[in-house]
Amino acid sequence: MRSVFITLAAAGILALSSLAQAGTLQDVRKNGFLKCGTHIENPGFSALDANGQRIGFDVDFCRAVAAAINVPEVKYTPLTSKERLPALQSGEIDLLSRTTTYTMSRDANMGLDFTNITLYDGQGLMVRKSSGITSARQLDGATVCLQTGSTTELNVADYFRRNGMNYTPVVFDKQPDVRAAYDAGRCDVHTTDVSGLAAQRSLMKNPEEHVILPELISKEPLGPVVRHGDNQWGDIVRWTVWLTMAAEEYGVTAENADKLFAESPDPEIQRMLGKTGTLWQDLGLDAGAPVRVLKLVGNYGQIFGRNLGPGTPVNLPRGYNEQWTKGGLIYAPPFR
Amino acid sequence: MLGGFLWLAASMYRNTLENLRTRGIGSGFGFLRSEAGFRIGEVTGLPLPQGGFLYFLLSLAAGLLLSRLVARRLAPGRGGPLPGKGLAACLALSVGLPLLVLYAFRHSVEIVRYSESSSYLVALATGLANTFKVAALGCAGSTVLGLLVALGRLSPNWLLGTLCRWYVELNRNLPVLLQLFFWYFIVLRGLPGVAQSIDLGGWLVLNNRGLFLPALVPREGAWLFCGAVAAALCGVWVVLRRSRRMWEETGRPGRRALPGALLLLGLPALAWLAGGTPFSLDFPVLQGFNYKGGTGLTPEFTALVVGLTVYISAFNAEIIRAGIESVSRGQREAARALAMNERQVMRVVILPQAMRVIVPPLTSEYLAVVKNSSLAVGIGYPDFVSVGGTILNQSGQAVEIVGIWMGVFLCISLCISFCMNVYNARIALVER
Repeated sequence: MRSVFITLAAAGILALSSLAQAGTLQDVRKNGFLKCGTHIENPGFSALDANGQRIGFDVDFCRAVAAAINVPEVKYTPLTSKERLPALQSGEIDLLSRTTTYTMSRDANMGLDFTNITLYDGQGLMVRKSSGITSARQLDGATVCLQTGSTTELNVADYFRRNGMNYTPVVFDKQPDVRAAYDAGRCDVHTTDVSGLAAQRSLMKNPEEHVILPELISKEPLGPVVRHGDNQWGDIVRWTVWLTMAAEEYGVTAENADKLFAESPDPEIQRMLGKTGTLWQDLGLDAGAPVRVLKLVGNYGQIFGRNLGPGTPVNLPRGYNEQWTKGGLIYAPPFR
Repeated sequence: MLGGFLWLAASMYRNTLENLRTRGIGSGFGFLRSEAGFRIGEVTGLPLPQGGFLYFLLSLAAGLLLSRLVARRLAPGRGGPLPGKGLAACLALSVGLPLLVLYAFRHSVEIVRYSESSSYLVALATGLANTFKVAALGCAGSTVLGLLVALGRLSPNWLLGTLCRWYVELNRNLPVLLQLFFWYFIVLRGLPGVAQSIDLGGWLVLNNRGLFLPALVPREGAWLFCGAVAAALCGVWVVLRRSRRMWEETGRPGRRALPGALLLLGLPALAWLAGGTPFSLDFPVLQGFNYKGGTGLTPEFTALVVGLTVYISAFNAEIIRAGIESVSRGQREAARALAMNERQVMRVVILPQAMRVIVPPLTSEYLAVVKNSSLAVGIGYPDFVSVGGTILNQSGQAVEIVGIWMGVFLCISLCISFCMNVYNARIALVER
């Protein structure tokens, strides 16, 4: 019911609001906080820690953007898959950082702009070890539990159609309900992005009883999304994320950012950290923005390691999300 | 006032279009024709009438009209009984004729089944059909259950009365979404997995994927057989009517049991012999992940229907009890003084007077069933709102989908209200 309400509210805002959308940066500065849409509960991406603080991979990019524009606070709006796009379209949130897949229809027809790809992911399938299934090709006739309102639904339909297999979907509104139904034995398969599957598995009754099949059935480039039409705001988000990626490439971390700002002889690092040039001022920010961001959240590698890497419940290998210099796809344009 | 409202609506409409345009969001209903691409867990076949179906509607209208004319001519006095011949003619005209026409044009009704390559429109219609299924069962079930609980509360038996009171208080005071989760996860956790299914030789299979029963597969004799059953039921009705009339006229009821049984067994048996086997059974068989074939109830559907039925039945029980208690004690005592037994007191004296109190609030409860069925998405049942939500997300047309949701629910609610109001007018107390 809540989701229906939020959707209705979003539609209502579209119907009633006047044309006040250009200056997201000004609005955020005036409010003194950034309104960021995230997951309700997806460990590693957005979840509450023991102190009730929201932490995670997606959350860190919200915090990074808030630090870049120097507002002290981020207000999080937990959203289901279904609610997230209308919430952004209607202006209920300023930034959507919630494992949202970059697709053409969303870019072209929904009034959205994708900024960067922060995680190269793919949709995976999880089954019980006891079922003896080792490949997705053996899943003909299976019952599949999944969440509504994402590319997941279409990917799984495409995959089974392409391979001439049959299946029965059971579709829920919220990820916790999908997990509960799968855990109760309602479905043979649980499917979402591999990173999400690992996170969900860590919350199962017996995580070691489940196995993620080797096949990826789709490409899922995930990243922060902003409203179409406010180019300055999009650029700020884009370059804040690229800053964290380039910082990893050049060895700048949360710990040594201050030191490198003062001492680094590398002209690229000097420009990137705002010591020389007016790159950040040209974007509408101040020269202190990059060091603030890096000191708060660290570089991309630190963000990944802290939330998704080895030792976390998600335990995701870097894979494609390694720096381009190490054979991955993480590649920031030059700071020049 | 009205002008102001219209102005507000018009400016909202213009503002919406303007906002959608400036934000680069597509609008319009053209997207409904695009391919849906996703799969729906429970698909109900949608009957799509073709041109030939028109003949059936025409014949039905003509049959009803003619039978009314016949009835007017043969029994001019209002409400007078119809002689046997006239009744037979009326039945033949209003039932037989349309059935014949339907049989003749039976290929004119195409059954559309949703698949991934169907359009968004068919997807929405499938969701709507699923909602209708739940709503119809929920309304009927909650009325019957509510009546039973109301009678239980009124019974002089202390244990029964107390149990029913607890039933009402418990169900009425818990949020319906909570109850749905309770039923869904209780049903799921309580049932065995596929490998450990409770299997009664294929006649009934129960596991946490649902309840599976053999399916009836219509064969070539099905039409004739169904027609024969319908005819037999009409025949039994005529026999009962005749028996009642003889009882009123002579004090001795006419024969009922023998002719009734003969009709009920004989006609279908004859049809079976003449037309061949009407149905074959398709048993569910364990194959791969789950049972295949047969027909079944999924846990989502069952939980939704049971949850809504139980929740609304508590309200219905109180409405029915209030209606019955609104009839003054004197009426009951007067009826008893006329040597009526308890059944007759209830059926002839109490209920007709109680109904006019019961029906209006019952309408609200039926509306509540339909509206609450939209909670289905919480427990994974693909109802109208759930399917609409998926489409909203795939197409991004939030305003249009929300508009369709509101329009459709408004239509359903108005239809139910209309029907109940007509019924209410019919049972209203006639003041003399």
